[in-house]
Amino acid sequence: MIAVLAAAAQNADAPVYVAQNVAFGIIAALMVFSAIRVVTTANVVHAAAYLVMVLAGAAAQFILLGAEFVAITQVMVYIGAVVVLFLFGIMLTKAPMRGEEFARRDQWLAGLFTSVVLFGVLIYGLLDGFGRSKIPQDLQPTLTGEVSDSIFGTYLLAFEAISLLLLAAAVGAIVVSKRD
Amino acid sequence: MSADILALSWDSLDNLWAQSALKSVGILAAVLLPAGTFVYLFLFKMVSFMQSRLGPMETGPYGSLQLLAEVGKFLQKEDIIPERADRLLFKAAPYLVVSTVLLVYIVVPFGPDMTFISGAMTGGIFFAVAIASVSTLGVIVAGWASANKYSLMGGLRAGGQLVAYELPLILAVVGVVIQAGTMDMQQIVHAQAGGSIFGVDLIGNPYVLTQFLGFIIFMIAVQAELAQTPFDMPIAESELVTGYMTEYTGLRFLLFFIGEFASAGAFAALGATLFLGGWAVPAAWTDLNNNLFNLLGPIIMVAKMCILGGLIFFVRFTFPRLREDQLQKFAWVILIPLSLANILATTILKVAF
Repeated sequence: MIAVLAAAAQNADAPVYVAQNVAFGIIAALMVFSAIRVVTTANVVHAAAYLVMVLAGAAAQFILLGAEFVAITQVMVYIGAVVVLFLFGIMLTKAPMRGEEFARRDQWLAGLFTSVVLFGVLIYGLLDGFGRSKIPQDLQPTLTGEVSDSIFGTYLLAFEAISLLLLAAAVGAIVVSKRD
Repeated sequence: MSADILALSWDSLDNLWAQSALKSVGILAAVLLPAGTFVYLFLFKMVSFMQSRLGPMETGPYGSLQLLAEVGKFLQKEDIIPERADRLLFKAAPYLVVSTVLLVYIVVPFGPDMTFISGAMTGGIFFAVAIASVSTLGVIVAGWASANKYSLMGGLRAGGQLVAYELPLILAVVGVVIQAGTMDMQQIVHAQAGGSIFGVDLIGNPYVLTQFLGFIIFMIAVQAELAQTPFDMPIAESELVTGYMTEYTGLRFLLFFIGEFASAGAFAALGATLFLGGWAVPAAWTDLNNNLFNLLGPIIMVAKMCILGGLIFFVRFTFPRLREDQLQKFAWVILIPLSLANILATTILKVAF
């Protein structure tokens, strides 16, 4: 954290978009608040609603970075499909109505450990990969065509490997859930 | 400063705030006018004609002011929230549903310069289907927050149905995107207007001809996304009262009602743009960049939307309701393989020609 602040302070005089930074701050604060509420709220459906806020905030941050395609994909896949499936599963199994606290918190130690490790790895990855580089002032939106060119050109092998992995995971999930 | 913002004179149209205010009014008009037209033309009059009756006749000439009377009625009703309901989510859900419909419209072009976003939105159609999928969330949450078993079952049915039919909808759109070579709605319109079929450019190349299978799949999926009969199990009134809307009254019920018909308008607008050529006429007839088309475009667009809306409501009042398992099987076993085959055929033909 201190390293990030120091890196930010070192090139604080470089030209940046003020409006973009203000928007980033507001959205980031909302995301952090919602993320904390996801794990502290007692009601599972409320937790899913806060998760929607976090994911929508991530989509908004992608828009600020000019990554239009990634932002729309974020909305479609995570909000439109994953959270809907979460809610679907919650309601099919046990949909507690108002006032019935039931969220279990006996795994908080494992959760804390995972999140701290993940946070450390991500921070290291960001600092190692990008260091002190800044978003250019003449930021242009990344065109969807460029995204597809790099997916089906430069990263074709990785893309196919991920597709195969996801297919295997889907088939595995069906097999596991079909077992009587 | 504030005087500049409020002065909506033609000179200040370059002003960002003036433009935004005009666009907000424009988007409300674009959402509410087709929705009102659909309700009056199809829900009130066409179904009455099909059932050998007159429909509303008392309010205004031919009952044309009936809608205003209905809105006035809903606004007067008592706003009831069930005691065990989750108040915040219960109140927020209708607004979530309506706001997604408003957002779908912002990528639909209504003329060469009649777009709500200045400049190109390269992911236009992708944005529209992504935002439309968020309304599922509002429906499920409304069903759960009502604290009513019928609402919950309606919400669950709606969730399963919307997830199942979102896939064929997107896959049908992919065929158009491949043929047009772009996801920008404005470019898709121009590709159809300037296209030609075997060298004949008299009627351009409306994708309803070359993507006919995609068009059929798209319209069936839209029917299910809108939960219209034969896919209206989420609000099956003989089994579930009105499904996820059971506990809603007054303004919030009105919002769901507007959301239903406004999203019929939104999907009709998407279908008209993707398959019927959007706001344009074939480019062989005239110059499409003529300023006149900023005026004619919306009229052409609304006419095409009415054709597709009429189709949706004609099917709604013609077919009986399917069973829940038939609905799921139809999506996963028939529509999705068909749309995948459509994509494959489109890809091969795109490369071949």
